[in-house]
Amino acid sequence: MEDLSLHILDIAENSIAGGATKIQIKIIEDTRENLLLIEIADNGKGMDENTIKMAYDPFFTTKTTRRVGLGIPLLAQAARESSGSISVVSKKDGGTIITANFQHNHIDRKPLGDIVKTITVLIAAHPDIDFLFEHGRNDRFYSLDTADIKNDIGNIPINAPEVIKFIKDDISQWLNDTKSSIL
Amino acid sequence: MPRLTIEDLQKIKEKHRATFTLREGGYRAKITVHMGTCGIAAGARDVMTALMDEIANAKVEDVIVATSGCAGLCAREPMATVEIINHPPVKYGDLKADKIREIFKEHIIGGNPVEKYALVVGSETTY
Repeated sequence: MEDLSLHILDIAENSIAGGATKIQIKIIEDTRENLLLIEIADNGKGMDENTIKMAYDPFFTTKTTRRVGLGIPLLAQAARESSGSISVVSKKDGGTIITANFQHNHIDRKPLGDIVKTITVLIAAHPDIDFLFEHGRNDRFYSLDTADIKNDIGNIPINAPEVIKFIKDDISQWLNDTKSSIL
Repeated sequence: MPRLTIEDLQKIKEKHRATFTLREGGYRAKITVHMGTCGIAAGARDVMTALMDEIANAKVEDVIVATSGCAGLCAREPMATVEIINHPPVKYGDLKADKIREIFKEHIIGGNPVEKYALVVGSETTY
């Protein structure tokens, strides 16, 4: 995994596999606190206590197609390498919240990467799921809620190329406008 | 600070009212990009964005994309499965953005599976 946006995609795909219908993706970049925080919260089927513990173990997986499960271990490693940490809060049938934090200016912190690609791929491939994307950069804040967009566009599918392009342009503009605020 | 205003979305809606009504009948082709940890690490997201780009540029309305998890063949990722209605699905492996663009033109638009990239022609189907 080269960057954090790929980890976000990976964790969100797990949420979907876990039966989530709503996924909240939150990124906080706060250079004043020297913090980068990523949180993915879903309303999927959750995990029991034992499974949460096992989730950090790369040789544990619920899948039957292979014997390793690297999603959470790799994210945990990325956090540890940049003086950060990860927490997994989950309840059986009660959703899951995965929070990873990183030291923002750590030399080994992976770059955030192309968050626009991650969000648009998720929306295009999963039109039935509601995504709430929130991004804070110091004192500026952005949010995009596909449930709102779906209401506005009526019977046009959210994964129609025109709508995806609109979402792509909107997030790109936000990132561009605030690029200098986190330097 | 949401920039997507209702007016903007309404504009898209007006412009495409006619075509979107036609589409309600369903889709002709579905491409599933394998998006497990292994697929993502191998470049599945770039394969997917290239594919979305091709679909938008070709202005086709009856092709949809989806993702799936790991199929157990991690060494051949990125992989994608192309399902065209009434045809057996074709699984492709070792993909890159330019390969999926070629597959889009040859297989999804042209109807001819790209054998040199194909791993398996199976009988599984989601239809």
